Amino acid sequence: MNRFEYLRPQSVAEAVAAAAVPGSAFLAAGTNLLDLMKIGVARPQRLIDLKDLPDLDIIEQLPDGAVRIGAQLRNAELAHDPDFRQRFPIVAEALLSGASAQLRNVATVGGNLIQRTRCAYFQDPASACNRRAPGSGCDARGGDTRQHAVLGWSEDCIATHPSDFCVPLAALGAMVEIEGPAGRREVALTDFHLLPGNTPERETALGQGELVTALRLPPAAAGFARHARYVKLRERTSFAFAVVSAAAALRIVDGRIQEARLALGGVAARPWRAEEAEASLRGATPGAEAFHRAAALALEGARPSGDNEFKIELARRIALRALTLAAAGTPDRLPALPASPFAPLPGGLHV
Amino acid sequence: MSLSVTLTVNRVQHRVLLDDPRVTLLDLLRERLQLTGTKKGCDRGQCGACTILLNGRRVNACLALALSHDGAEILTIEGLADGAALHPVQAAFIAHDAFQCGFCTPGQIMSAIGLISEGQAGSDAERVREGMSGNLCRCGAYRGITEAVVAATRSMTKEKAA
Ligand SMILES: Cc1cc2nc3c(=O)[nH]c(=O)nc-3n(C[C@H](O)[C@H](O)[C@H](O)COP(=O)(O)OP(=O)(O)OC[C@H]3O[C@@H](n4cnc5c(N)ncnc54)[C@H](O)[C@@H]3O)c2cc1C
Ligand code: SF4
Ligand code: FES
Ligand code: FES
Repeated sequence: MNRFEYLRPQSVAEAVAAAAVPGSAFLAAGTNLLDLMKIGVARPQRLIDLKDLPDLDIIEQLPDGAVRIGAQLRNAELAHDPDFRQRFPIVAEALLSGASAQLRNVATVGGNLIQRTRCAYFQDPASACNRRAPGSGCDARGGDTRQHAVLGWSEDCIATHPSDFCVPLAALGAMVEIEGPAGRREVALTDFHLLPGNTPERETALGQGELVTALRLPPAAAGFARHARYVKLRERTSFAFAVVSAAAALRIVDGRIQEARLALGGVAARPWRAEEAEASLRGATPGAEAFHRAAALALEGARPSGDNEFKIELARRIALRALTLAAAGTPDRLPALPASPFAPLPGGLHV
Repeated sequence: MSLSVTLTVNRVQHRVLLDDPRVTLLDLLRERLQLTGTKKGCDRGQCGACTILLNGRRVNACLALALSHDGAEILTIEGLADGAALHPVQAAFIAHDAFQCGFCTPGQIMSAIGLISEGQAGSDAERVREGMSGNLCRCGAYRGITEAVVAATRSMTKEKAA
């Protein structure tokens, strides 16, 4: 780990001013940043600790029905907030499927959003990686691509964004509130993570010195609480990143789907919202036929980026599973166990 | 720049001067305070061997920058027993043979205490397994660990109710 200067601003304005100096990085809980600094992938010269910034760790009910979630709120606090999890169970379910209890106790909303890819070659400074060292190449091509993209990738980079939390946020149309040297602005969460194109080193819509202050769920995000599921497929039952995942939310009125939301995780450099699939479900009767059609639409245009063609079919099936489970109803208790879609029937023994 | 942090570790206050901003809570505990009960397995958040209670919550000490936690209250495995009287979770680990080599054990025990106080799992074995998934055991003592945590949860919640 390189040495760094440590700053602890007391206000958002101070933090933004401090971050205008190139080589600066914001430090939230550090569960991603310190990890990357230890392995020499991130080498910031100045750490700007966000710990003392006031009012960034609250959930706020806005007059228009929107909900604002402060960037410094811890993942566990958001997932266990009784009011929040009742209104947005799909977000709580995704949060509780991520990392471990220890990590969720410290990891922040902002850090989860801005966490870097888990591409093994990105994490290995001895490998060529256009994202880490622009122009150096991409050793993931032709390498181990289980964690890599099947949608939205480019010849220059095939990495995925690893967040679970961001998948239902994309489905629910969350907005990202940003404060920077040029003032305040906001970006849709689905535009926040950039597809790689030929500039994979540009990972998010943030400019130098810009701070994420909050996420906002618009009023339209409410109303899915009764039929919403996040389904995550991983290499082991718990404490692993998604190979593929899906967030499905339905509003069912009189036996028909009035509105549907669907997003996929683990398949692209951003949480992948499937708007055509959503549109195909509007007005449909919830059931196998409509769900098969929607899941197929969600993966339309998918193509393998290496030895990972299996992920396309896997993602289709996970989308189908998430829609089917959502239609059956949000579980009373979160996380719904068993956590693995492959787990044996309830009561099955495993140690 | 001279750097220092004040931490209350196992009910004792320490002021630690840091010559380097890179020190994690794990390294501070092990190398500056000689509290080596908290283990370093992966140093990257992946194994749970370094689990401590930070202001009452279980966290990975290896991914916490010490400077960021000035003023914090920390509980480690060394702070659990009251003289010769073991903490109920420690006693349950012995009663249920919940370890083999013991390397993961301090982290398992601290994590279990965190889990029990979070109150999300109760004595449901499947929920205990899920709640303890941040702690790996290379010896595969998971069956004993789960039994110990379930038993300790029962005894501690009964204690509270009584
Ligand atoms: C072993 C392990 C397993 C994990 N498993 C999962 C998993 O299954 N699912 C999952 O979703 N995640 C998983 N994670 C990732 C985890 O969710 C992230 O590490 C965590 O959310 C990051 O939050 P943080 O507060 O620690 O961020 P930090 O590490 O402090 O910051 C992360 C990045 O965001 C930037 N940043 C932070 N806050 C802001 C802000 N407000 N504005 C602008 N920039 C900011 C930092 O500069 C840094 O680049 C895992 C992590 C580990 C170590
Ligand atoms: S896939 Fe992207 S992040 Fe991974 S090595 Fe290639 S360029 Fe780097
Ligand atoms: S040493 Fe901290 S989690 Fe492994
Ligand atoms: S007892 Fe050996 S690692 Fe768990």
